[in-house]
Amino acid sequence: MTRALDLLTIAGVSAGCFFFVAGTVGLLRFPDALTRMHALTKADNLGLGLIVLGLLPQAAGLGHALKLVAIWLFAQISSAVASQLIAGAVLRNRSAIWP
Amino acid sequence: MALAFDMGLALLVLVLAAWTIRVQDTFSAVLAFVALGLLVALIWVRLLSVDVALTEAAIGSGVTGALLLGAAARLRPTESAIAPPGAAWCTVAGVLCAIITAGLLAIALLLPDPAPTLAPQAMASLPQSGLGNPVTGVLFVYRALDTLLEKVVLVLALVGVWSLALDHVWGGIPALWPATRPDSTLTFLAELLPPVGLLLGIYMCWTGADHPGGAFQGGALLTAMWLLGLLAGVRAAPATGRLSLRLLLVAGPMLFLVIGLTGFALAGAFLAYPAGYAKALIVVAEAALTLSIGVTLGLLAVGPAERTRSP
Repeated sequence: MTRALDLLTIAGVSAGCFFFVAGTVGLLRFPDALTRMHALTKADNLGLGLIVLGLLPQAAGLGHALKLVAIWLFAQISSAVASQLIAGAVLRNRSAIWP
Repeated sequence: MALAFDMGLALLVLVLAAWTIRVQDTFSAVLAFVALGLLVALIWVRLLSVDVALTEAAIGSGVTGALLLGAAARLRPTESAIAPPGAAWCTVAGVLCAIITAGLLAIALLLPDPAPTLAPQAMASLPQSGLGNPVTGVLFVYRALDTLLEKVVLVLALVGVWSLALDHVWGGIPALWPATRPDSTLTFLAELLPPVGLLLGIYMCWTGADHPGGAFQGGALLTAMWLLGLLAGVRAAPATGRLSLRLLLVAGPMLFLVIGLTGFALAGAFLAYPAGYAKALIVVAEAALTLSIGVTLGLLAVGPAERTRSP
């Protein structure tokens, strides 16, 4: 049983790391702010979600597990709001350059 | 495996620190500094100093980051007009920094083995105070005077910032910088997050007696939530001359001072706690300090008064 849970952890964290790497590559390679942000938010949220999912079987109890889920939830909220704000700033600058 | 992680972390911190110094744009340097603080907090976690890690993340990275971002935004219009320092100044600064680093390295490497420590004595007397967190024990029992003075210094720093206000706006309203722009997404966050953030701040202060946490970390969270409300325009910045605001600023240090003075009468020394009441008094002092720290840090970030109190 513990081995099955450990395998689940390894699979989840590895998959999460893959999405972090993919997101970082996207951040470095994509041409402009909006597409770079797309790569970052999508991959980060999925990556963090998978890492948290992978860590859940290792949590010491229900309280720990809920804290892990809360970390993911708040990272989601802050990253969603931050990307909205950055996108808004990008659009405003664009219309300032090309009225 | 753990060693590889630590080496990678240390390398990343060094590279990021070098980049923070090298980068020309102030704004980018501030962002790099904030990221640096979070990585340093991770190092403190690896060293099992969770209290220090929390403080580094909340104060060193969060509140200082907000202060520096404000400063960078204020400097931006004039920044390009200032010539970068010449090679001679850079060399002097570099050499001085290198001397300090070498000195710290020497101290760390030349420590006798085992390193001299007061930890066993500190742990042995800790149960008398009723506290479970040795860091809080040091802050509020063994070195309470330092903690008291540190809180007074914080208020003095705010006096320094306020004194930059022009005479005719003294006691007026600080102008948030950068200017707030109504944004529905930010308003959403400012309405969603504060209940959770305030609860977390109170929890951080309460749990500090027995677990990592305390007044500074809790206060920083209160500050963050307040600043979020101010930036989103959900809350208006208060007039710096308001009496209730000034009472909030000094409530923590004053209460701590009163508790310290009653120590003369009840326990025979300044900042000594009467037997059996130590933990209760410390928790009360911490609660008031958390509130005062939250207000002080927030006002430091919003800056001096820039317009008069409008009727």
